[in-house]
Amino acid sequence: MHIDKNILRIVRIKKTREETPSVKTLIFDDYLSHNAKPGQFLMVWIPQKEEIPLSVMISNSQGEAAITIRKKGLASTSLFNLVEGETIGIRGPYGNSFSTDPGFKHRLLIGGGTGLVPLVRLLNHTKNSDIFSTIIVGARSKSELFFIDLISHIMQDRQFELLIATDDGSIGFKGYPTELLDNIVEKDPKIDMVYTCGPELMMKGVYEIISKKTIQLEASVERYMKCGIGICSSCSINDKLVCVDGTVFNKGQISKLSEFGRFYRNKSGILDSY
Amino acid sequence: MVFDIPTKFAGIELNNPIIVASGILGLSQSIFKRLEKIGVGAIVSKSISIKPRDGYRNPTIVALGNNNWLNAVGLANPGAEAFAKEIANNSVPLFVSLVGSNVSEYIQIVEKIKNHNILGFELNLSCPHVEKMGMEIGDDPKLVSDIIRSIKTKTSKPLFVKVGIGKTDVIHIAKTAENSGADGVTAINTIRAMKIDITNRCPILENKIGGLSGIALKSIGVRCVYELYKSIKIPIIGCGGIQNYEDVIEYVMAGATAVQVGSMIGTYGINSIQRLAKDLKVYLEAKKYDSLRELIGVAHR
Repeated sequence: MHIDKNILRIVRIKKTREETPSVKTLIFDDYLSHNAKPGQFLMVWIPQKEEIPLSVMISNSQGEAAITIRKKGLASTSLFNLVEGETIGIRGPYGNSFSTDPGFKHRLLIGGGTGLVPLVRLLNHTKNSDIFSTIIVGARSKSELFFIDLISHIMQDRQFELLIATDDGSIGFKGYPTELLDNIVEKDPKIDMVYTCGPELMMKGVYEIISKKTIQLEASVERYMKCGIGICSSCSINDKLVCVDGTVFNKGQISKLSEFGRFYRNKSGILDSY
Repeated sequence: MVFDIPTKFAGIELNNPIIVASGILGLSQSIFKRLEKIGVGAIVSKSISIKPRDGYRNPTIVALGNNNWLNAVGLANPGAEAFAKEIANNSVPLFVSLVGSNVSEYIQIVEKIKNHNILGFELNLSCPHVEKMGMEIGDDPKLVSDIIRSIKTKTSKPLFVKVGIGKTDVIHIAKTAENSGADGVTAINTIRAMKIDITNRCPILENKIGGLSGIALKSIGVRCVYELYKSIKIPIIGCGGIQNYEDVIEYVMAGATAVQVGSMIGTYGINSIQRLAKDLKVYLEAKKYDSLRELIGVAHR
């Protein structure tokens, strides 16, 4: 039976998992989301609260899906406070996805915070490939770090290295993840693909490092969204609509997005600077 | 790429009669340029108010299925000042939609934008009436008339009035618009509607009530255009539920000179506008019509 993905589906929270004191993963049954491509997102409605776009997280069982949120605003805090048995509405999955071209030899994934969600999904989707993976995870401090065990578990039996950068140096490298990236791409000529998702200024840093190299790049961009279906323009970045043309943009596209890392539209549509 | 179906009305010349309705992709100059490249005849901006508005909290849009949608965005827009800056170097065929709660607000917005390179203005009358609770501006013919007359004293650019199914008869408001100096009407706006989530026992939209758009609106829109065509002389832009060229033809036969599309883009994507223009051109050629004009109002006998 054809399901119209735009129509809200009410799903019940089956399980919750605390990743850190302020980050939680919610697990529910949903066939469409289970089959989402890495990088795709859902519009998630918390009844009588708000609706927000969230990247689809991985889940273990067939037909199961998940989202991971950090409590911050009304919607994410409401989601964080949900318990098993409560319901949310979802529509989607929407947007394009990271390319999973098996032709790459050595890929590097760099992200931070909940920006890791689509990267984890990408790793999980391609865990049977022979690509060597370097994964750089950035966080403010050790206590805000999550998905480390999960990534190691997904990548077990695979060739990979996992590097951590924290602002305060409480674990791993002390500094920005982009500093690690800079060192690595200078030393290792084999890296041919970089995927990134996280704060836009971090991704801008990634783009600046990669733009001088022959390495390919894909970045998942975040913008304020209302409709999720490409009609409201709220999420526009230059002439692109993040919800339907993205959220993933490649190096060539990013080079033409003068607003990337500089401007975003606020709720009223005014172009604000970062 | 331009699909030439030359369309003239109210002193305006468009490459084709397909116009992007207000509220759809209406706030970014870069997106306007993309729409122009795709082949739209014109674009109507988001309704611009004097001050920026954040609009309602999400959800602001709900899919009802079968290409029907419900939305209550709450007139989110960057405000006259920022939008005037956005379109400072405008080069696309653009109408600016105006929204306000009184005559003075409309005038102030027009003053900020009237010297820009735009085709004209469209009046959005679906702003809550300040003095008459539960009513919209468009339900008050006297106020509608005052707004139109005041705007016409400030600018010679064409002014279209968007009418709909409100508390006052659509023909009455359209006639008022014509008598007050409007250059055309757009018919129809969305119709107030609601969707309730039965699991959580609450309306889904943050604003509870929203505007219905999409296929369900089409036959009502066609009926309105048909009736308006008999009552007014100024051009009518048909709007509501258009999905394909047959729908465009239907609106034109009812009396529309041009049409606006919106919900279609939500279902079929931004490039569907190009398909629509192309199909329309192919139809006109196949039927050996020299222009769409030959078909305007032919359903009236």
